[in-house]
Formats: sequence, structure tokens, C-alpha cells
Amino acid sequence: MTGLDNIKRIIVVLSGKGGVGKSTVATELALSLYTNGNNVGLLDVDLCGPSIPRMFGVDKNSKSSTVYETPEGMTPIEIFSSANEKSKFKLMSMALLLDDINDAIIWRGPRKMAMIQRLLTGVKWGELDYLIIDTPPGTSDEHITVMNVLKQHEHAKDFLRTILVTTPQMLSINDVRREITFCQKTSFHIIGLIENMSGYVCPHCSECTNIFAQGGGHLLAEQYSIPFLGQLPIDHELNKILDQGIQQVENGLQKINETEAMKLFKNILNEILDHWQ
Amino acid sequence: MDNQTENDVPSDAPHACPGTSSADAGQVSACAGCPNQAICSSGETRRVDPAIVEIGQRLSSVKHIILVLSGKGGVGKTTVAVMLARALARNPQLRIALLDIDICGPSIPRALGVENEQVHSSGSGWSPVYITENLSAMSVGFLLTSLEQAVIWKGPRKDHMIKQFLLDVDWGEGELDYLIVDTPPGTSDEHLSVVNYLKHVSSLSGCILVTTPQEISLQDVRKEISFVKQTNLNVLGIVENMSIFKCGKCHKESQIFPKNNGIQLLCETNHYDLLSSIPIDPFIAKCCDDGEDLFEIYPDSSTAKVYLDLAEKIQAKCQSK
Repeated sequence: MTGLDNIKRIIVVLSGKGGVGKSTVATELALSLYTNGNNVGLLDVDLCGPSIPRMFGVDKNSKSSTVYETPEGMTPIEIFSSANEKSKFKLMSMALLLDDINDAIIWRGPRKMAMIQRLLTGVKWGELDYLIIDTPPGTSDEHITVMNVLKQHEHAKDFLRTILVTTPQMLSINDVRREITFCQKTSFHIIGLIENMSGYVCPHCSECTNIFAQGGGHLLAEQYSIPFLGQLPIDHELNKILDQGIQQVENGLQKINETEAMKLFKNILNEILDHWQ
Repeated sequence: MDNQTENDVPSDAPHACPGTSSADAGQVSACAGCPNQAICSSGETRRVDPAIVEIGQRLSSVKHIILVLSGKGGVGKTTVAVMLARALARNPQLRIALLDIDICGPSIPRALGVENEQVHSSGSGWSPVYITENLSAMSVGFLLTSLEQAVIWKGPRKDHMIKQFLLDVDWGEGELDYLIVDTPPGTSDEHLSVVNYLKHVSSLSGCILVTTPQEISLQDVRKEISFVKQTNLNVLGIVENMSIFKCGKCHKESQIFPKNNGIQLLCETNHYDLLSSIPIDPFIAKCCDDGEDLFEIYPDSSTAKVYLDLAEKIQAKCQSK
């Protein structure tokens, strides 16, 4: 299997429900790892609604965001690199392969499967410490394909893990239950559960309101004996930067690292890293 | 990467393929040497799926079918679908039904508070679950034996399930005034299936596009619009959900999700109506979680009014069509 051979660890971000912040959590995770000095790749396998490139503010028309076909595979685009070029942040998404960002991918399962196979095995990542994979909602074609492809890898047991994302609502929790069953059925190893959107702090009076109920994530983690990795609030500042696109904001990387959510994420990252120790 | 859509020209077709369902299929010069030529020229590919005709008959007693769509997940499709159904059902004269075609993540049962109900099948088909006398619902959630059971299905099986839902559900005696169809996020199997099966059903009034104000969500709605245009689906209008948040303590408004004039622009360029801007209300989340009826518990809340207003607009739109 090409493309994945030089990758040390893969973390797949899953959630049964849409809009719980998979892409945001995947971005936070990838950025935190990069800030820690790792070589990181971020792969977006959501074909119908890829949001990662938008969050990073990738400008489709600039030369640096062109994906090239090489004999060894497609080249991911490079978003950041450290001053000494030691650690890099690379990104790949379906959106980068489309001519027009508004094009809809109206594909049925089999075609999506072929595309995902290509995104998983046909990208020339080079050396990576971590590959973070952002998935679409549900437990269907995309997820089955990701599992099937990655499991073929001989060291899959050692380097392949998942993180589940939920909001505190019961609606979302129910969908995550199904995702847990999916992980068990496909013998996918779960690092833990992150509860996103736990409350919103009013910018006027700092009152924290639990817009989407509360405590559901904790309960679920306990029920299934999955480690609870932490809670993340709705962070207005972070949302604003991601909506504009990190690269479009001046000192975007620095600004995002200063947000409350990213600070909280440090603890979550430690939990994740502990998992491997 | 041209030919993004899955129309009747196969992706691996020879250049200038007329399309498998065109009158020229198998007849033009480009077809020579194509392995599909024999099938195309036999006329087999032009035949309409008999299920489509049957679905048309089954749903002929439904007056208006409304699809609730959105490109992105978690923007509130289910909430809008449920609240709209409940708002419409306030009128005892109307008979309303909700169909949940989100096969992998069915949330309708929970939001209606009928999570543990089961569907019964009889000679006339599956009978839906009744929430009130004039509101019924059908979802894959009713067919699962436990809450954690995952439906890990690929496309074709989902397609079959949706076909069965449209074909085999017995919505009861007499006419159904509104059938509201809640969909999963994206533009994939489920959407293609439902639009394909309903394309010859004359009571398909159109779809409501749900979005949140952020650019990230709007980006997905634009994709949904290009899907809607390619499949010739009528758009009843756009619903902006989670538009503002009013703090319960200081009563000041703030925007949780960054907002610009994206929605207005979207509506103007496509000539769509912005049907409603629904604020974030912790009560809605709570009601959906507990399966309770907001109109019963908080009939005077501003959110209830917003939804009743939306229901009125939808009714007007459907009737004028």
C-alpha cells in the first residue's frame, strides 16, 4: 500500500451526527499536533460536503494550492511549515480536485468508494507523524471504505485509532451510539470521546448557556467505558477565524492558538498522546 | 473532473455518449464498440422503473410532499421538519406525516418522543407510528431493535429501504395533507433515490433548504442548490436556523455562528425566498431531546410564533403551486 507507508499514526475523527464539529475537532487536533512539532497531514474524506479547505482558507486559484499528479500519487498542499522546515502541515480534500468550489458531488456509493480509495492510498504524503482523517456523518459507504482500506495495512492494529465527537444533546448521543457499534463491528480502536459545543458564553455578560443541553457526553462515555477526553465550548472567536479561513486571517495560526478552545484542547491532546504511551 | 453528476451518461462512457436513456441510445456512431451498446439499443435502459409508477399510485392521496434538505449536517433539518409538522398539525383539519429517510442516523423518533415504538405491518403495508391523531411518522429508527444498533449499509441497500418507505407505508384512511420528508446531510444515495422515486409524483411541492448563517454551512447549501437545479426540484424557500442567540440573563442578542449577508445574497441570486430566520432557543433543543411539543409547553414563546409563521408561509406556497 503506497501513500500510507511512511505514516506513523492515523487518527480517524468520527461522529454519527452531522454538524457536531468533526471538522473543527479534526482541525484543532491537527493544529495542536503541528504546534507540538509534529509532521501532520489532514485528510478530508467528506466528498459531498468538504469543509476543511474552507476552514484553512485555501485559495483555489493560487499556485500553492494546486494538486499535482505524480507517478507516486497526488501531492497534498502544504499549509504551514516551521522555520527550520522540520515539521510541516499538509492537507488533502475532495474540494481541491474540483474546478468550482460550488460543484456538487452527486454520487452514489460505488463511485464514492473509488474516490475515497484514491484519497487514502493515492496521496504522496511523504513522512508523517500523524495523519488526521475527517469523515462525513453516518455509518455508510465512506466509513466502510475507510475501514476496509486502512485495515489492509499490516500494522493497522498499532497505528490506527479513532476519536468520537458528540454534542451534549441526546439526539446527537444516539447517533454516536450507533457509531460506537460501527467501531466495534469493524474492530476499530477508540481513543475516546470529545464533547463539543458544551455551552456558549454570552459575549455581553459572560453567562454560560447550555444551548444544546448538557452532560450527555459524559454519560455516554461511562455507559460504554470509553475514555472521556474532554469538553469544548462553542468558541465564537474560533468560529470566526475558521469561517474566514485561517490563511485569510493575519497571523491566523497564532490567533487560533490563542483561542480558548485551542487552549482547552491542549489537555485533550495530552490525553490522546497518553493513550499511546 | 467534468461530469460530476450521475446522470444517465456513465462515467466511463465513450466520448459523445448520448446517454443511456436518450432515444439515440445504442444508435449513434459513438456507440460502436461500446460494451453497453446491445443493452442500450434494446430499449431496456429507457424503461421506467415500475416502482416509480407504483409509488405514484401509493402517494396519489397525498396532497403536498415537502423535502427538507441541507448540504451540511447538524443545521437543524430534523428540528425544522419536526417543528413544521407539529405546527401544521395544530390545525385539526389537516393530516400530517413525517418520513425520515436518514437511514444511518434517524433522529425523528427521538425528537417526537416515540423512540421505543415499533412499526406494525399489515396487509396494506407498514403502519406508521402515530404521535397525535393527525400526525404520524415513519423512520428506520422504528425498525431497529435497540438504540445502539447501527445501520452500516452501503448505497444500494439504502436505496431499497427508501423505495420500501415510499411504497409500503400505509399512511391511513383518506387523504394526507402534508408529507414532510426529512433527509440526511449531503447529496448522495438517499437524495438521488428519493428525488428519482418522486419525480413523477405530481404532489411533490418542492423542498425547503435549511442552513445556519456561517459561510461553512452556506458553502454546502450552494452544493445542495446545484443538486436541486440538476434534478429540477422546486425550491419553496430557505430557512435560516440558529440565526441569533438571546442570552437568558442579560437578554442581549449575539451571533453564535458568524454571520454576514451570505444568505441574502444566496436568495437574491437564485430568486429564493428567505422563509424564516429561527433563533437559537435552548428550549427547542430540550423539546427535541425530550420529544415534547413546544407548542404545548411554551405556546407563547417567540420561537413557537416563528414556527407557526413558517407553517403558514409553507401552506400558502403549497397552495399557490
